[in-house]
Amino acid sequence: MEASKKIIAHAQPELEKPAPGAVPEPRLMPGSEILWDALVNLGVDVVFGYPGGAIMPAYDSMIKFPIHHVLVRHEQGAAHMADGYARVSGRVGVCVATSGPGATNLVTGIANAMMDSIPMVAITGQVPSALIGSDAFQETDITGVALPITKHSFVVTRPEDICSALKEAFYIASSGRPGPVLVDITKDAQQKSCLYAFDPSPVRLPGYRPETEPLERELAEALDLISRAERPILFSGHGVVQANATELMLELVDKTHIPVAATLLGLGGFPASHPSALGMMGMHGEAWVNTAIQESDLIIAVGMRFDDRVTGNLKTYAKNAKKIHIELDPAEVNKNVHVDVPLIGDCRAILKRLLPHVQKPEIEPWLKHIDQMRGESAVIDIKELPDEGKLYAAHVIHDLWRMTEGKAIVVTDVGQHQMWEAQYYKHDYPRRLVTSGGLGTMGFALPAGIGAKFADKSAEVWVIAGDGGIQMTAAELTTIAQEEIKVNIAIINNGFLGMVRQWQQFFYGGRYVATPMKSPDFVKLADAHGLLGLRATNRTEVRQMVERARSHPGAVVIDFRVEQEDSVYPMVPTGADLGDMIRRPKRETSEHNPIYETGSDES
Amino acid sequence: MSSSTAQSEAKLRTFVAYVEDKPGVLNRISSLFRRRNYNIVSLNVGRTHEDGVSRMTFQIEADSDMALRIEANLYKLVNVLSIADLTELPRVVRDLALIKVKATPPDRAEVLQLVEIFRARAVDVSPTTLTVEVTGDQAKIQGMVDSLRPFGIVEMVQTGTVAMSRGPEGRAARVAHGASPGFAADEAAE
Repeated sequence: MEASKKIIAHAQPELEKPAPGAVPEPRLMPGSEILWDALVNLGVDVVFGYPGGAIMPAYDSMIKFPIHHVLVRHEQGAAHMADGYARVSGRVGVCVATSGPGATNLVTGIANAMMDSIPMVAITGQVPSALIGSDAFQETDITGVALPITKHSFVVTRPEDICSALKEAFYIASSGRPGPVLVDITKDAQQKSCLYAFDPSPVRLPGYRPETEPLERELAEALDLISRAERPILFSGHGVVQANATELMLELVDKTHIPVAATLLGLGGFPASHPSALGMMGMHGEAWVNTAIQESDLIIAVGMRFDDRVTGNLKTYAKNAKKIHIELDPAEVNKNVHVDVPLIGDCRAILKRLLPHVQKPEIEPWLKHIDQMRGESAVIDIKELPDEGKLYAAHVIHDLWRMTEGKAIVVTDVGQHQMWEAQYYKHDYPRRLVTSGGLGTMGFALPAGIGAKFADKSAEVWVIAGDGGIQMTAAELTTIAQEEIKVNIAIINNGFLGMVRQWQQFFYGGRYVATPMKSPDFVKLADAHGLLGLRATNRTEVRQMVERARSHPGAVVIDFRVEQEDSVYPMVPTGADLGDMIRRPKRETSEHNPIYETGSDES
Repeated sequence: MSSSTAQSEAKLRTFVAYVEDKPGVLNRISSLFRRRNYNIVSLNVGRTHEDGVSRMTFQIEADSDMALRIEANLYKLVNVLSIADLTELPRVVRDLALIKVKATPPDRAEVLQLVEIFRARAVDVSPTTLTVEVTGDQAKIQGMVDSLRPFGIVEMVQTGTVAMSRGPEGRAARVAHGASPGFAADEAAE
């Protein structure tokens, strides 16, 4: 691999706000102030956090700086907010916590950011350096705990090192394949002073060279494969969103007409309404998408990592397809799927180099074939399903999509509603879907939605969560109330831990162990937080309540009482062949589940 | 790690890496090995002639695909300056062992003769023991151990394997320029 690419000499970080003019005169400043001054210089204007003993000096100094602090109700919320902020803004999200329990509460959020490659800097207080290793009150070796779930980490014990650690942390978090970086700052480093002026010069890290470029020979091989393909398919992954490569993908597709399948985190990276967009691939991807993948003779995978939820059984995965893998991280190449041409580097830069030379392959029969499959096996559309007095989650999400014209930022939790959202809310814009993909973190949506709102204050934000996930981080409703922000929360309430229940139904003999779930009265819960609570129990009410929520100035919680034992279709069971899907029961064969395949009303 | 994508049979592979000599770096590397389920056969770390730069040699059972991923994953660590797989290159590979063996005066001559045969050295002597220093590859050290075992081995210790490529090219860590020697050499080869 090393022979196949060259490293661009020492990429320079782009600081968000280069200091104008000369470096200011150094002056004596406590570490607690250096921290915020450095963050301001790095372009930070909002942080999500929770104070405590070891971070108190920093909190005491915060008030002197133009940074808005969002007080969370649990540090996990702070990490998810920073995550949601980063996904929507494309900038580094920052969360702050104290030592010990404050720091360990961040862990789930950091792991989530690591799995989804989210640029995040987590700042934690640490006990005074003299006490490290003594099992002092609220001491935890948080950099040790977080070692496998951070891209990098720093322990700072001197005020002199605070600024450089933060600069390096921001650079590492946001460059190359992004990820979370932890900066653990001892209390004495915050309290002591040193001569300081923000140094805007580029970060120098001799061992960190995230930029790579493919060789001409490899690009030529890829172009050759594309021009000769008969049944090609493009994959649009999270990398397309993160590299802002949507327009280049559109250009590539306009030139070649190659159909595009998206990963969950890639949704929105290529517009869903584009005629070449097939939809989502993988475990809950549409049947025609997965079948097309299995029948393809060339896969051009852009910014994705062949996750097990995408491939199904690796032994039978797209056996006849050559694979071109455009990927930033060399460690992802040949990890799960053997590829024929790896193009390692930033997908935006690589697409730019490919585009002038791409030749349109002869693929008309292939496109016709895919259209036929799509027509035959359209899972949807429940949108024309008459209102029979019952409410399906798919209704809720579909209506929400129509009423918001697909323009809202949608933040989903994990489980059935997440998959229904992916199927029924058509994302035409990048960075408008925020969801926990790799780690699958329940409780993510509500705090991530708050972070998303701070990233784009003018956007309409809809949090969609199940009755299970919302209860994991429901305390952040108060944060919404305190911050007086407008976030709408749609709870898809089916009285079960729905996805687990679905697996129990399919694979565990229908034994619903520990999945029936009682919930608080969500309308009253909203009311208790000073928010507007609404409820919908049939489809007519969905439209009414969404309309009310949209016109209400404050945050709104809507309790959607949906069908209890509905399942997400289609489904590739874990480890099964990608083409081997559990299909949605047809109407005539199922009295119980009336969401059926019509095949006729897709248009 | 699917075996279906393997490009070659797994075998013992020898890597060298230059790393920054900073607290916690070894921990980061061993944590990576553990997390990615790489089974380390041997690991050696020591300083180099350059300030602030340590060199590691480690051996892992891996097929060629996995070897590339091992390189790539290590390369992602911020404190790793460079990494190279020496397995397919002409190279010098050495272990060093110290073996304290029972050797009372009647046995001493015979032990020393064995030491001679293995081109090892006696580095310490007591009325009842002899300490032998032997360098070489694992097979040679194992041979020395097997030969001395009948006399009674009191204790032994060995370093991890260290390795270096043969020929004029150095793989010095050009830290000051931020360039990776492994990659720089290959760049030139392209």
